[in-house]
Amino acid sequence: MKDPIQHLNKIFDSRIRIGIMSALAVNEKLNFNDLKGIMDVTDGNLATHLKTLEEHEYIKVQKGFVGRKTNTTYSITKAGHKAFTDHLNALEEIIKKMK
Amino acid sequence: MKEKTQLESVRTLEEIRSIMSRSVRFFSLNGWSGVWAGCVGLAGALIARSWIQDLPPVYYNTVRKMRGSYDGVVSNEVYTGATIKFLILAILVLVVAIAGGYYFTNRKAKQTGQKLWNSTSKQMILHMSIPLVMGGIFSLFFLANGHEAYIAPACLIFYGIALYNGSKYTYSDIMYLGYMEMALGVVNMFFLGYGLTFWAIGFGGLHILYGLIMWNKYDKKGAKATA
Repeated sequence: MKDPIQHLNKIFDSRIRIGIMSALAVNEKLNFNDLKGIMDVTDGNLATHLKTLEEHEYIKVQKGFVGRKTNTTYSITKAGHKAFTDHLNALEEIIKKMK
Repeated sequence: MKEKTQLESVRTLEEIRSIMSRSVRFFSLNGWSGVWAGCVGLAGALIARSWIQDLPPVYYNTVRKMRGSYDGVVSNEVYTGATIKFLILAILVLVVAIAGGYYFTNRKAKQTGQKLWNSTSKQMILHMSIPLVMGGIFSLFFLANGHEAYIAPACLIFYGIALYNGSKYTYSDIMYLGYMEMALGVVNMFFLGYGLTFWAIGFGGLHILYGLIMWNKYDKKGAKATA
């Protein structure tokens, strides 16, 4: 890797988007409220970022029901996992160059 | 320019790490929950002890010297009556201990802004309840077949497994408490008939000790910060 900065994923520039990916990387699936609790964001803001990640097919959305209430859960896709790992590796490379 | 990206990278990685740990572990458990559970457990053990002493001496001796099975010295009525009394006491102790634990944990969750009922706490409860339920069934069979002496070690061992299982979802210190409960249960197997003493140490003493350690390690700072 010559210039690791080039390998940083633009989509993960947003702190909320990288937060969503971090949480979904270590949890099989989480619902909207779980994510909201972890990151402290407004509903609208979280929904927009989830939409972006979904459009890039980094996360998978599953609509289900708990009783009569809708329960939407989110999970990471294979592509999402790869993109996230690549991004982490790039970050690591940048830090290594510091030394 | 370069340095700025590097600093930012470090910060991003730190944030990722924090989110990962926050999203898989439940940190609202409170030291006071342990102290409370321990006190309730000790009180229960003391009540049980006084009841045993009030029973006809034969029963008392049978319980103390029991090596595996009930030898039929005591009439069935006295025996059944006492068993039901002890079961009710045990259930009461459990309910009061859990209610207090819930109160303290809920209070801490509110203070730290974490939700009490999230996917992590659900996972923790699920993974703890499987060994607990199995241990409960196991113990009930011991009781039904007159092997009372094995109940306390079984409870301690299964409770230890439950803590070990649940520790993945909260402070890892809980894992060591699990080990200690399991070890205590195994030692109890060598001293059958002293179940109540081991019970008091495991569910009373260790909980109080651990509660204080946890409070000192995690809650004290938080309490100061909010004060």
